[in-house]
Amino acid sequence: MASYEPGEQLPELRTTPDRFLTVRYAGASGDFNPIHIDEEFARSVGLPGRILHGLWSMAQVARAQTEAAGGPETLKALSVQFRGMGVLEQEVTVTSTVRSIEDGVATVAAEARQADARIIRNAVATLVVG
Amino acid sequence: MSVETRAVGKTYAPVTYAVGREKIREYANAVGETNPLYLDAEAARAAGYADVVAPPMFAVVYQSPSVMPGIFDPEVGIDFGMMVHSGQEFRWTRPVVAGEEITSTTTVAAIAERGGMGFFDFEVVSRDAGGEPVCRGTWKMIVRGS
Repeated sequence: MASYEPGEQLPELRTTPDRFLTVRYAGASGDFNPIHIDEEFARSVGLPGRILHGLWSMAQVARAQTEAAGGPETLKALSVQFRGMGVLEQEVTVTSTVRSIEDGVATVAAEARQADARIIRNAVATLVVG
Repeated sequence: MSVETRAVGKTYAPVTYAVGREKIREYANAVGETNPLYLDAEAARAAGYADVVAPPMFAVVYQSPSVMPGIFDPEVGIDFGMMVHSGQEFRWTRPVVAGEEITSTTTVAAIAERGGMGFFDFEVVSRDAGGEPVCRGTWKMIVRGS
């Protein structure tokens, strides 16, 4: 059970996108931009290969919040910045820290990383915990 | 690059999205969600919902068909090949469930130029069949200079 005092960390979320993850997410989300699903195209535009959808990575940040707080009703707002490129077959770690809490509503700062790259920065969640 | 700001305030025709049980399941599986509320209609009904619940980030699925006309609007002027999705915000009122029809309306909220890049913000309001808001989204795009 997570503690909701300022400075406390919510449980870390770790997940490793397999090599076909972006194909499944493209179908599920409707975002078929070839930089996510076509290795040759991605390389042709200067990327190291196919990259993760930013909104999939944001969904991992959202999942870390709702799994900690107890379901879909708890997440009232989430804002993120997309920066570094996420890649396949490398573990993604979401860390979340309670910044403040008022009337049972926590403001949580979060980010998602792959090794040293922060792929979701400056995430702020509004989470009902009371 | 120079940006043209005359499209700020422009609103596009509403787009209605029918939320389906299997689409929710497909989305939940793709993002690694395991909560039975998203996957199992009986579990969702036992918890008081009419059908399976969409994870909050399913807002991407019902809002993106409403945002695309703005991104590809010549009056907005985004060079899609140079566009990067730079930021995203959602504010939820309540979860949606399978069987609902959600209608989303997109407005061009801001267009600006800084440091040779174009900044384009789109605001989306999604409402249920009764006209009540279920989610508001801000989609932020950056277009790099060519």
